[in-house]
Amino acid sequence: MADSPSRVERPLSPHLQIYRPLFTMVMSIVHRITGIGLYFGMVLFVWWLLAAASTPSAFATYSSLAGSFIGLLVLFGFTWAMLHHAFGGVRHFIWDFIHGFGPQERMLLTQVSLAGSVALTVVLWIIALAVKG
Amino acid sequence: MSNPTHTPMRTPLGRVRGLGSAHSGTEHFFLQRVTGLANLLLMIAFIVIVIRLAGASYAETRAVLSQPLVAVIILLTLLSVTAHMRLGMQVVIEDYVHTEGVKVALIIANTFFTIAIALAGAFAVLKISLGG
Repeated sequence: MADSPSRVERPLSPHLQIYRPLFTMVMSIVHRITGIGLYFGMVLFVWWLLAAASTPSAFATYSSLAGSFIGLLVLFGFTWAMLHHAFGGVRHFIWDFIHGFGPQERMLLTQVSLAGSVALTVVLWIIALAVKG
Repeated sequence: MSNPTHTPMRTPLGRVRGLGSAHSGTEHFFLQRVTGLANLLLMIAFIVIVIRLAGASYAETRAVLSQPLVAVIILLTLLSVTAHMRLGMQVVIEDYVHTEGVKVALIIANTFFTIAIALAGAFAVLKISLGG
């Protein structure tokens, strides 16, 4: 049907390029972007497992890359993406049960998920760096 | 259905069981939620393990990863996360790719990628735990 040549020009409902960006909408888009980032980021996690399952030199290669400035930056980004996606998931879970749709509620839920993900990322990294010593 | 000249061969019950041309109902949506919930619980244990192993040596990492509880948590995480990844990426592909052939190819690639991630990770954990 989509490939039909005689397609009737019908009015479009409002879509991304027409809506003024709203906070909840942007966070919804970020939820999807973090999901895509985590999808490919899982390669790093499996690389770590495979390196530990292989030789000490393979593990040393992984450790030096993960411990480099860019490596730490990527892992920091992965942590935030994971937490943002997790908070966003909980927010969507609440909405799935038909709660929190009021103008203030949905705004508060979205603000909490953004602030919570940033704060928790920083806290976890402080702990991780303290453990690492 | 309201058209009296057209009587479908299949009974209403048969049509409901077959779920029409979509062939599936809410399984995708529901499994995305269930794996999301599992991910949330597993993530807490996962964070503890990863922080414990921040900057750890080869020997120490292997020692921790070979502990049965740790190994099982990581195996469960791989299973739940890759199932969640597959469903999520499928929705992204279906939302943005409208050329039928490319869409089908990407959905197959999505399945291959997520299963490869799951099995590669699981193999590594099992090798560390059992293979020595």
